[in-house]
Amino acid sequence: MIDLLAGFVTELRSAGLPVSLTENLDAMEAVQHIPIEDRDAFKYALGATLVKNNSHWRAFETVFEVYFSLRGPEYKLVEGGDSELDEMWREMQEQQGQGEGRGAGGGGMESLTPEEMMNLLMKALMKGDQGMMRALAKQSVQRFAGMEPGRPVGGTYYLYRTLRNLDLEGMLDKLMEASRQEVGGDLTPLEERLEKDEYDSRIDQFKKEIEAEIRRRLVADRGAEAMAKTLRKPLPEDVEFMHASRDEMQNLKKSLYPLTRKLAARLARKRRHGRKGPLDFRNTVRHSLSYGGVPAEPKFKYPRPAKPELMVVADISGSVAAFARFTLMLVYAIQGQFSKVRSFVFIDGIDEVTDYFKGVEDISEAIHRVNTEADVVWVDGHSDYGHAFEVFWERYGKDIGPKTTVLLLGDARNNYHASQAWVVKNIRQKARHVYWLNPEPRSYWNTGDSIVGDYGTHTDGVYECRNLRQLEAFVEKLA
Amino acid sequence: MGNRFESVQSVREGLRAENYLADEGIAGVVFLADRLGKPVLVEGPAGTGKTQLAKSVAEMTGARLIRLQCYEGLDESKALYEWNYKKQLLRIQADKNSDSWSDVHDDIFSDEFLLTRPLLEAITSEDPVVLLIDEVDRVEVETEALLLEILSEYQVSIPELGTITAKQIPLVFLTSNNTRELSEALKRRCLYLHVDYPDLEREKLIVLTRVPGVTENLADQIARIVRSIRQLDLKKAPSVSETIDWARTLVLLGVSNIDAQQAKETLHVLLKYQTDIAKAAKELAVEAVK
Repeated sequence: MIDLLAGFVTELRSAGLPVSLTENLDAMEAVQHIPIEDRDAFKYALGATLVKNNSHWRAFETVFEVYFSLRGPEYKLVEGGDSELDEMWREMQEQQGQGEGRGAGGGGMESLTPEEMMNLLMKALMKGDQGMMRALAKQSVQRFAGMEPGRPVGGTYYLYRTLRNLDLEGMLDKLMEASRQEVGGDLTPLEERLEKDEYDSRIDQFKKEIEAEIRRRLVADRGAEAMAKTLRKPLPEDVEFMHASRDEMQNLKKSLYPLTRKLAARLARKRRHGRKGPLDFRNTVRHSLSYGGVPAEPKFKYPRPAKPELMVVADISGSVAAFARFTLMLVYAIQGQFSKVRSFVFIDGIDEVTDYFKGVEDISEAIHRVNTEADVVWVDGHSDYGHAFEVFWERYGKDIGPKTTVLLLGDARNNYHASQAWVVKNIRQKARHVYWLNPEPRSYWNTGDSIVGDYGTHTDGVYECRNLRQLEAFVEKLA
Repeated sequence: MGNRFESVQSVREGLRAENYLADEGIAGVVFLADRLGKPVLVEGPAGTGKTQLAKSVAEMTGARLIRLQCYEGLDESKALYEWNYKKQLLRIQADKNSDSWSDVHDDIFSDEFLLTRPLLEAITSEDPVVLLIDEVDRVEVETEALLLEILSEYQVSIPELGTITAKQIPLVFLTSNNTRELSEALKRRCLYLHVDYPDLEREKLIVLTRVPGVTENLADQIARIVRSIRQLDLKKAPSVSETIDWARTLVLLGVSNIDAQQAKETLHVLLKYQTDIAKAAKELAVEAVK
């Protein structure tokens, strides 16, 4: 047991979760109080002692699944034993209720035709029958995934194969149709929507069952350590902007909001709790009145650092669009911390998009407008930093003042156009600070058509911003 | 170390009797907190019953609830203890002549002149208590250090008196709305519990237990609509307490079957931003026109 837990904790650490020694000890103690057969309690006991940040919970769950998935009685793997399958099938029939009166009984699940199976699945989904869904998930993985021991393919491949055969999209339509018939006639819009959400969540659950089943089989095949390694996913704050999948993007978006709240609170606090300034004579005399004219309580002036003015100039061409979007979202979410924010986007032409954000409560909508409406294409729609900067200087250069901080966002892949680095130099002479944020790993800089070095020499610093963690650190420094 | 609870199941049933519907995770962590003698750090979105959990546990165990509401600028004298200066002054003046200095000195720094504040009160109390440290993320990082001694050792050191150790180990709950990252030191000393929005079944049960006069059918509808709304991309998703408010509203209005129109008219109970309301109304009603 101790060995198992030790391995588990090591894996958590390599997945990036900070687990301290005391937490490890706590976990050991905690599991002694929990009956080990109770899988859920066991999981929560480990979770409560080892994971202290909610965004790490998913990573924890994955590792847990891998390490302990084969150890619960109900999750025992079907080792090709027909007897077990039959048993399951019988169980299922009982669950299904004899009222169905199926004739095919006794044949075992394997003898089902695909159509029959789809019907079963549909019924299970309509009723939300958990046991049935689990059994069907097992069956469909067995049937469709075509898993071969020792084959070096990731779990996603098998998942894709299984899902392709099941056609769950079509299933949703069928389900909706069926429930419409059940009511007899049309559903009201509200009901329809609710039904749809209900089935959506059930189908989602079914997908998860399939995923878990595939994982279980893979673990049985390859062993927990190897599996954990392939399943290791970066934590949300470590996901790279440039390579995020759609799911990861969603997660990123979700973690962006709490992050901005935290950041804003922290910045406001920083501003308020600066060191004390010089003696405030007037205030001290005023307060001395309550002590009979004795200045017993000296008052000090608190420094009020000016809020910086911000100009964000972002490249929104394909590869770096996601990064620009996140930075704009972040900046506007905490715009209270700046006295003024102006934003510009470019590909090879440049356009000011400040107005899109004015008086809009919903930042993502504004971002959407930026992406669709801004006039950023000049010739061919390939990044041209040089031309964009030149136009920026001509049109808006006069607005840059000694309080302005200019942020340039992009990978500086200029498609071998002229760099016009003199613009950045001029900007720096007028502005308070000029920073460049680059979403590419540092090792890629200045390779190929990247000329971040040319621009970088004229800025106050070039920062690598590959993930949310780095972006957050930079913004905190900025305000 | 106290064994207040038999098993996870008994915690769950006990909470249930207090009209608090705990899921497996919540009950499990409360059970562990008792067995390990560790504080519980409860995090989660606003309005998911974090504070209520502490209250319910107190009621369930028949313990007194001592609450420390955190805010910016909270300090030792408000959280831990304070000397009663006025009384000390009076004591000194009362018998100026009789006592020698050392007598007075020892005397005025004794229990009698100590004003206990919530934290000290919780550990000196004879009867069982539940200590709730509410919204701990509101204090500054430096102030957090105040809590560390009491959370790990259940003791308070007062320079003039020595160390006061707890007579019995209280159940401690810390809640946080996650407006800032708590320090590692604090987190390490606690069990962590994240309370999220409940799933459909639990939300339905919560509505049924919390709202008198609601029918099963209505509760089901409410839970389902709320789930749909939570899936939208909103500024602030409806919390459990807002769901309950909404259910109450609908019961008061005598609604037994929600249709789109009624849902739309009462959405402002559930959502607090105009853009959110507009978005939800659009999603719920217009959707099916197509």
